[in-house]
Amino acid sequence: MHNATIKELSLQLAAKKFSSIELTRALLERAATLGKSFNTFITLDEEKSLAQAKLADARIASGDPAPLTGIPVAHKDLFCAKGWRTTCASRILHNFIAPYDAHVIEQFNRAGAVILGKTNMDEFAMGSSNENSYFGAVRNPWNSTCVPGGSSGGSAAAVAARIVPAATATDTGGSIRQPASFTSTCGIKPTYGMVSRYGMIAFASSLDQGGVIARTAEDLALLLNVMAGFDPRDSTSLERPKEDYARDLSRPLAGLRIGLPRQYFTSDLAGDVAKPILAAIEEYRKLGATTVGVDLPNQKLGVPVYYVIAPAEASSNLSRFDGVRYGYRTPHYTDLLDMYKKTRAEGFGAEVKRRILIGTYVLSHGYYDAYYLQAQKLRRLIASDFTRAFAHCDVIMGPAAPSVAFPIGSKSSDPVQMYLSDLYTITVNLAGLPGMTIPCGFGAGDLPVGLQIIGNYFDEARMLQVAHRFQLATDWHCRAPQGIA
Amino acid sequence: MEWEVVIGLETHAQLSTVSKIFSGAATAFGAAPNTQASAIDLALPGVLPVLNKGAVERAIKFGLAVGGTIAPRSVFARKNYFYPDLPKGYQISQFEVPVVVGGVVRIQIGGSEKVVQLTRAHLEEDAGKSLHEDFHGMTGIDLNRAGTPLLEIVTEPDMRSAQEAVAYAKTLHGLVTWLGICDGNMQEGSFRCDANVSVRPKGSVTLGTRCEIKNLNSFRFLEEAIQYEVRRQVALIEDGGKVVQETRLYDPDRGETRAMRSKEDAMDYRYFPDPDLLPLEISTAWINEIKAILPELPDEMRARLIREYGLSAYDAAVLTSGRNIADYFEGAANRSLKKNEILANADFKLCANWVINEVAAKMNQEENLPPWRFGVSADTLGHIIRRVREGVISAKTAKDLFAEFWEIARISKYEHHGGYPQRVDELIEERGLKQISDGGEIENLVDKILAANPKSVAEFHSGKEKAFNALVGQVMKASQGKANPAQVNEILGKKLSG
Repeated sequence: MHNATIKELSLQLAAKKFSSIELTRALLERAATLGKSFNTFITLDEEKSLAQAKLADARIASGDPAPLTGIPVAHKDLFCAKGWRTTCASRILHNFIAPYDAHVIEQFNRAGAVILGKTNMDEFAMGSSNENSYFGAVRNPWNSTCVPGGSSGGSAAAVAARIVPAATATDTGGSIRQPASFTSTCGIKPTYGMVSRYGMIAFASSLDQGGVIARTAEDLALLLNVMAGFDPRDSTSLERPKEDYARDLSRPLAGLRIGLPRQYFTSDLAGDVAKPILAAIEEYRKLGATTVGVDLPNQKLGVPVYYVIAPAEASSNLSRFDGVRYGYRTPHYTDLLDMYKKTRAEGFGAEVKRRILIGTYVLSHGYYDAYYLQAQKLRRLIASDFTRAFAHCDVIMGPAAPSVAFPIGSKSSDPVQMYLSDLYTITVNLAGLPGMTIPCGFGAGDLPVGLQIIGNYFDEARMLQVAHRFQLATDWHCRAPQGIA
Repeated sequence: MEWEVVIGLETHAQLSTVSKIFSGAATAFGAAPNTQASAIDLALPGVLPVLNKGAVERAIKFGLAVGGTIAPRSVFARKNYFYPDLPKGYQISQFEVPVVVGGVVRIQIGGSEKVVQLTRAHLEEDAGKSLHEDFHGMTGIDLNRAGTPLLEIVTEPDMRSAQEAVAYAKTLHGLVTWLGICDGNMQEGSFRCDANVSVRPKGSVTLGTRCEIKNLNSFRFLEEAIQYEVRRQVALIEDGGKVVQETRLYDPDRGETRAMRSKEDAMDYRYFPDPDLLPLEISTAWINEIKAILPELPDEMRARLIREYGLSAYDAAVLTSGRNIADYFEGAANRSLKKNEILANADFKLCANWVINEVAAKMNQEENLPPWRFGVSADTLGHIIRRVREGVISAKTAKDLFAEFWEIARISKYEHHGGYPQRVDELIEERGLKQISDGGEIENLVDKILAANPKSVAEFHSGKEKAFNALVGQVMKASQGKANPAQVNEILGKKLSG
């Protein structure tokens, strides 16, 4: 049953082919074995998961199941789940038991889904390789010497390894789309404001957006139906009527205009990645779509602008981790300042510290105008590039990452090289647009390549339709890593 | 050398909302530590702020009352610094774009009016409290106050003496309580001032180096702290020294200010717009809605009291120093009227005197008395005054009744008013307090006294004016204080001259 999609599992649960308890047990076993070898989970809690599965079975028996009732879903370990340890893969929260549920968790609980466990990630979602975890690096199920991408590496690897049919994730600069590309999974980051950030531990508030990783576009639509929606507890949550993201899945693609940004298909893009991307676009032409070249002239500014704004917000967001109220506190200190310094020096990993330092610097007196303010202005230019491009097309397509998954350790000593992994995803966050990745083939070393689909604001339903039609015509999304299926 | 003092004030007025500015936790004072701190106030991982509309409404009220500009779009910013009672590691405040810009506060000083210009007023959240005692060398943190809404009101450096600063602070205090946007309780820290003080040679146009004295939570401390600081700065400069820009604390026990941190140690707060909150947009419609429910302002009412009641500028200013006393005066004045009666200014003056001399005096006597706890209701006082005006009781009897009623209220800890209008009449009846205004009866008394005091009569006729007063006193005494003094004077005068 681990190979089944959510849609299939739902039907089988409803037909009582197996119970949610049986399903949950089976997946928990995979989490304990496969999950352990790829280091996909930070916390598993069999008792809690099975208790939820039991409730789900009762709900199914009563004849009142919702589409996700009884389906095990893993959650990135930055979503607070009441009673669950919620660590952000950081030593500073290694012992933090969340006393409340994030909005996303509430939504899944209400739907009757089962929390299978909390997935590994880059510490505070800072990273593109999932090597920055206090709980150790995550391994790519397609090649365990390679990274799964980051920061939602645990979620992507858990889905790729068929441990869970879906896992929540977050995307601040590509943290859903890049790991989905590296692991041959499907991931969507909705429009900023569609999924409540309440209870989602912040990295960079103006860029963070909750999303989900699964194995098919169709499943993503079902999951988004549960996750998305207005939440008055998040002031940046968008108050819009509830929509059905699966509503357009069956519509054909004839007439679809695909924008291909000139700036995406340059020498920055590895040939082994370009090939499957171009083949996928060719497939779309067969499905009735037309393509048009579009211009994103400020694309190159994405990474530098992002690495001013995101660290600035992070430096402030992470100030609350001070050892005073919860989380890690250094055991030995002489006074308050010493306690702060040691707690934070010992509690945060190197990449988090690097970004706190960058952020503190760019917000400092005398530098604010030159960095932070300037970056905010450029952010607007980047967003208006997309607005202009969408005048000529319905969706934009391109790579999600410039390369396939790289070996663990190969970039960890060169932060700038690492930051460039998010070259094609970062501008989407800066603009607040929705973006998604679907599997479209394999590159060097038989490692997966993902196709990125960028939509206009609130155009998730169309993006999911575009992805789903491709998946009806191809089977890249059905491929499993060797020895997994 | 003659020195000029330059003072600007920053006042933190705690806004009277039921819940906090960014969370649903209660703001009530005095609860057990950390019982009024929600997940948001504790800054648990993942929580987010949601702006309390009530706090914004109060800021708009203030802006309208001082004639400031309400910003159609203002921005919340994060002020970043580490301190254990600041749970997020930043305070949400407004920095570059505050909600209110400009405005004025008119103060009465030395019998004339002075206008103090406001720079701005902005919304922000309060921090928690660090408790350094009772924890065996450790510090306790109480986050009940964290997230309490504050309006920080900043003046231009317009004040020229400690007296002016106090007059401004009192007027502002009167205004915010008048508007009902702040309870004004200074002991609980609901209204506290930071004073920026500098001195310069008289006639100089450039400002001297200033020091900021933090957290002055009484008018007396404000006055003392400024006076001390002025003396310190003048002495320092006259001794050839230089004032160093720094933050100072006032120690009321020693009556002096002490350096807290210098400008060199000043923190870089790394202000930036809070990405968790959208810019605060205030529509003209919203402003108009609030304008429509804005009460009559103290300045307006002062002018009206002068115009309608014929009160002196001084009386009108005293009576409009607070909403409660102003309402009390109008209540008593109107109750003292008979139906369709038109009163002379002198009668309103009588009412004003009662409220200023008796009521306000009683209020001042009682420390810790909440300002709305009047021992005698305005209705009751109005009724007493009416009976005095009608000549039913003497002023002395009125004062005795008032004092008796107030005492009853005091014993009940001001849970109830003492007396009520009907009770006034009952007691006049029961105790026979009615003033003797019957001419014949007074004449009989006067005749008796004149007969019994030939010596005084003789003295009067030899030109000793004092003897007249002695005779009046004798008549009053004989009437047990009930004779109408005006009539006694009149009849006695006639008899002696006749």
